[in-house]
Amino acid sequence: MIFRLNPSSGIPLYLQLMEQVKHAVETGALREGDQLPAIRKVAEDLVMNPNTVVRAYRELEHEGVIELRHGSGAYIKESAGTRAKVIHKAQAAVQAMVERLASLGLTEEELRRIFENELAQSRAEGRLGTAAGGKA
Amino acid sequence: MTDFIIETNGLTKSFKRQPALRGLDLRVPKGSIFGFLGRNGAGKTTTIKTLMGLLHPDSGSARVFGVPVADADRSIEIRQRIGFVTEDKELYPYMTVEQIVRFTQPFFPKWRDDLERRYVKMFELPPKRKIADLSKGMRSKLMLLLAISRGADLLILDEPTDGLDPAATEDVLRELVAIAASSGTTMFFSSHQLAEVELIADHIGIIDQGKMIVAGSLDDMKAQYQRLQVVFANGVELPARWVEGVEYVRREGRVVSILASRNVDAIVEQARSLPGTAVERFPVTLKEIFLEHVRNN
Repeated sequence: MIFRLNPSSGIPLYLQLMEQVKHAVETGALREGDQLPAIRKVAEDLVMNPNTVVRAYRELEHEGVIELRHGSGAYIKESAGTRAKVIHKAQAAVQAMVERLASLGLTEEELRRIFENELAQSRAEGRLGTAAGGKA
Repeated sequence: MTDFIIETNGLTKSFKRQPALRGLDLRVPKGSIFGFLGRNGAGKTTTIKTLMGLLHPDSGSARVFGVPVADADRSIEIRQRIGFVTEDKELYPYMTVEQIVRFTQPFFPKWRDDLERRYVKMFELPPKRKIADLSKGMRSKLMLLLAISRGADLLILDEPTDGLDPAATEDVLRELVAIAASSGTTMFFSSHQLAEVELIADHIGIIDQGKMIVAGSLDDMKAQYQRLQVVFANGVELPARWVEGVEYVRREGRVVSILASRNVDAIVEQARSLPGTAVERFPVTLKEIFLEHVRNN
């Protein structure tokens, strides 16, 4: 598994690492039962703080993506695979929508703004669930 | 029992009536890699020398491992547990690499021969060469070797990668990370390279004019800080008072740029309450946080 981080993007590194693990699960690069690299190895490979890796793994465990087994490492959980299927469906829906809107002449930037605005609105009105499962 | 490896309260120090530290409060959590940032002359080296017991503060207190650094009876105990890389990378110039290693070793009961061998090899240090004939980069590496091999619980590193080329910098950072991961060593390091701080530090402190102006967990800071770009409708009056957490507001025509240090959701809500506004949120880099604070202090 190859992770890449962008330290100067302003996005906390543990969030970047979490996103990449989740993305890998969504694309099938990581599957149920696969083992994630050890904390020390990730820290050395990416030259990043080991505490940050620990934090990313803990949050992923909290979100139900991985399971931390004491002494033997981190594994992708079964339920993460089910989640990946739901996300696959969502991707297809978004893809169809993007194609339709693009055919109406909307640019990437315009779409991004509309999407982000809609998400912010939904968040403000409490219609969005949080990563841990429940609604905010 | 303290969870802070380094703790100072109200440190002050002046040189010829010129204040270098003006009430510095510093807390370095156990097991953290703490990036100590500040402009030249902000007081970084004075702080580090005070922690090493090389300077005595005019007032205030400093503890390392919970022991007051002013406690002369226990200063050896503290020093045996700390590895240093000083800013000037000064070592006895007439000794060879081999000699300084053999000279240093007996002072430290927990000396790690395995680490010594590993770094002599990795840093490609010529054992028979005199320190006077080493390049600045090689001296940095030698100091790191001496600091790391003593099996320290705390590394205090004053610009450890200064003078190193990018490949050597990468090597050094990777080793620091490996040591932190394997032995939980606390590291306190100063640097001007914000990109490297952003990678390996989990806590940062920004010192300016002898005072700590920002300190905390880097991830928390990045999560709390955001830049908002707000586009207002024509003729809209900006609020006279913004919600707490707005660090600055810059207006250019209908576009307003806001740096928020906390309370972002409340600030977005306030901006949205004005007619016809569109708000975009952007992440903030360490560089932006640093520049904003030292410029506005």
